[in-house]
Amino acid sequence: MTPHAAPATPSAVVSMDLITKTFPGVKALDQVKLDLYPGQVTALVGENGAGKSTTVKILTGIYQTDGGTIRIDGDPVTFGTPNDAAKAGITAIHQETVLFDELSVAENIYIGHAPRNRFGLIDTAQMHRNASKLLADIGAPFSSHTQLRDLGIANKHLVAIARALSVDARVVIMDEPTAALSHKEIEELYELVETLKAQGKAILFISHKFDEIFRIADRYTVFRDGGFVGDGLIAEITEGDLVSMMVGRSVDQIFPDRAREVGEEVLKVVGYSHPTEFADINFDLKRGEILGFYGLVGAGRSEFMQALFGITKPSKGVCRVNGNIKVMRSPADAVENGIVYVPEDRGKQGAVIGLPIFQNITLPSLGRTSRSGFLRLAEEFKLAREYAERLDLRAASLDQDIGNLSGGNQQKVVIAKWLATQPQVIILDEPTKGIDIGSKAAVHEFMAELAAQGLSVIMVSSEIPEIIGMSDRVIVMRDGLIAAELSGDDVTPELLVRHAAGITTQTEGAPQ
Amino acid sequence: MMRFIPVREAILGSAILILIILVASRFAGFVAPSNLANVFNDTAPLIILALGQMVVILTRCIDLSVAANLALTGMAVAMINVAMPGLPIPVIIAIAVLMGGIMGAINGVLVWKLSIPPIVVTLGTMTIFRGIIFLISDGKWVNSHEMSAAFTGFPRAVLLGLPVLSWIAIITVITFGIMMARTQFGRSIFAVGGNPHAAVYTGINVGKTQFWAFVVSGALAGLTGYLWVARYAVAYVDIAGGFELEVVAACVIGGISIAGGIGSVGGAVLGAIFLGVVKNALPVVNISPFWQLAISGSAILIAVAFNARSGRTKGRIILKSAEATQ
Repeated sequence: MTPHAAPATPSAVVSMDLITKTFPGVKALDQVKLDLYPGQVTALVGENGAGKSTTVKILTGIYQTDGGTIRIDGDPVTFGTPNDAAKAGITAIHQETVLFDELSVAENIYIGHAPRNRFGLIDTAQMHRNASKLLADIGAPFSSHTQLRDLGIANKHLVAIARALSVDARVVIMDEPTAALSHKEIEELYELVETLKAQGKAILFISHKFDEIFRIADRYTVFRDGGFVGDGLIAEITEGDLVSMMVGRSVDQIFPDRAREVGEEVLKVVGYSHPTEFADINFDLKRGEILGFYGLVGAGRSEFMQALFGITKPSKGVCRVNGNIKVMRSPADAVENGIVYVPEDRGKQGAVIGLPIFQNITLPSLGRTSRSGFLRLAEEFKLAREYAERLDLRAASLDQDIGNLSGGNQQKVVIAKWLATQPQVIILDEPTKGIDIGSKAAVHEFMAELAAQGLSVIMVSSEIPEIIGMSDRVIVMRDGLIAAELSGDDVTPELLVRHAAGITTQTEGAPQ
Repeated sequence: MMRFIPVREAILGSAILILIILVASRFAGFVAPSNLANVFNDTAPLIILALGQMVVILTRCIDLSVAANLALTGMAVAMINVAMPGLPIPVIIAIAVLMGGIMGAINGVLVWKLSIPPIVVTLGTMTIFRGIIFLISDGKWVNSHEMSAAFTGFPRAVLLGLPVLSWIAIITVITFGIMMARTQFGRSIFAVGGNPHAAVYTGINVGKTQFWAFVVSGALAGLTGYLWVARYAVAYVDIAGGFELEVVAACVIGGISIAGGIGSVGGAVLGAIFLGVVKNALPVVNISPFWQLAISGSAILIAVAFNARSGRTKGRIILKSAEATQ
């Protein structure tokens, strides 16, 4: 909670009024309003498709409005190009920070507005001096000469922030800045936001995480389906009210209730180790169980899952499927042994554009639908139809190009693809990362259903509520090792965070 | 895809028909069946190579070494024929396919195991293959009088009214039609090009699939190497110089997406036939070589622009259906 008792409302730096933006067939924004005040953080809240990204693109001059006015200090402006927005002092730090890997930190900060010498050439020395000063101001632990590609995601954010400061921005837009950051990095980001506030910058903060919003925002604005719902001071609203404004309904029960009955052992992993990523991973998984894997980003969870799935090779360790020792030399081995992996990155799990729907569904099951090396299209179609119906896939025809499906239906195709392999174990890596609350509930519902049907689920997640709400048991990883295995009443936010962060005494204080 | 490709193929087919009709209006003899068969026979090597290239391009690679591979294999089998005139033709063909396949495998291994960009790999091997021809032949030609009658006669032998060369092209087309539509390898090729990351997670080995695509392309180049040298009854360092670009052009005109994942056997064949018709028909009606080149070039640009347009339409449809589901 921020203790800012309703500041004597200063006049808005940026004020968007009755902004409308239409794309062919879709009204992305319908007469929305948004005000940003100096020295304050305004959280823009809304489900996916509410129009947040469109708003950011309008503010940064990437899209032009179809109606309404944008005022800066009360004067109407039009942003024809991103350059116009930059000149007006608006800068954005994007979800996937848009920077140049092959350039140095200083070049990234000053690209487009580098200091020039008297011949009109870039004054490299001056540029590095300025950059070093900016980096020192924000406490960045690296030099301006560092190659960007050598930095982690958190440090790349610092570069983006330094860049924002270098253009003397008055408005800083942060679009899901914490999505890929670890706990500690997020704390550092919060401090930086405080610094920016103290300098009088107006900050637009976009996040799906409510704890974050209540921690650092002063104001909120809620959009729903491209329309304006309401705004106000964070201090005057509760989390529940904000959620119901956002979804237009009250959300009481978020996680599905399910009978937590588990069967015999399906998978046992003994002593899995890797030279650099993880070591000595042991656990077992039972039929119909949801096993959560919690940890900070970089704890080695995804790396271990990739080894279990045969993408990388462990240096040591065996795994047993139904009691038989198996070696996963390749993803094909894993799929054959009934283990499938839905990766975190949506591009990686995505559909193969260019293949029709039914061929996308049968891609990993071709061994079963072919005879003596030749595919049998009728068999494929039958298999695809079965799973498409089970998932209520809405498509004119399974022969249709998958590119013509909506995003939600494409996701169903991806799930149908995995279920059609009749797996025993499904690994879901961050299954709800970056998706809105409504879709999250649907994913959780579906996960519970799979477990009820006897499928064993391994769920890698960094979201504590999801871990607690869904898992039968939780394994916490830290620095490539299993830090703890928790079940029953031990699965509490405090214990999860303590084990994940390696906190042994009270001094650091686990956040609630 | 099932709905898109036929449209694209129909347009290309119509373009070829219009071209033939235009030429026929000036010179009726062009549409005589025997002449059309000649045009097809002339285009057969391009068709065979375009199919190999198609497979490679579909997996997001490119094979610039096909013409050099063809020339090297052609020279090698010609020299073998000179040294051992009694070697039966099936053995010669097996040697050509094997040699070509091995050269393709070299490209494939470099792309797969060393992750060198395909354009760089095949640019390098293209130059090396040409260099090897010079080494083994000393820069000398192998002329028709040195080759055995069986060697030069095979592609020209007429079977059911068509030369063997044409039949080989037809068999290749049918084989590829089945391979692309009805085998796991064919499906993997589309998956690897359409979304390599997703392919990995479905258990498809991306690098290995690309390797085999290069082997297929190389083997076909080797086969064409023998057919080419035998048909023209001459082998020298520079045969089929620059032909690799014509092969890539045939694929592009035929709607094979240079970004991988989208394309069809029918498209590649029609693309090759289009170029073959342009090359054979225009001189007949006294159109200057400049216009031949200009028409081929324009066809490439039109094909790419057309494909880009159909891609955009797709984007709009997604938005519409997104609206419909809300």
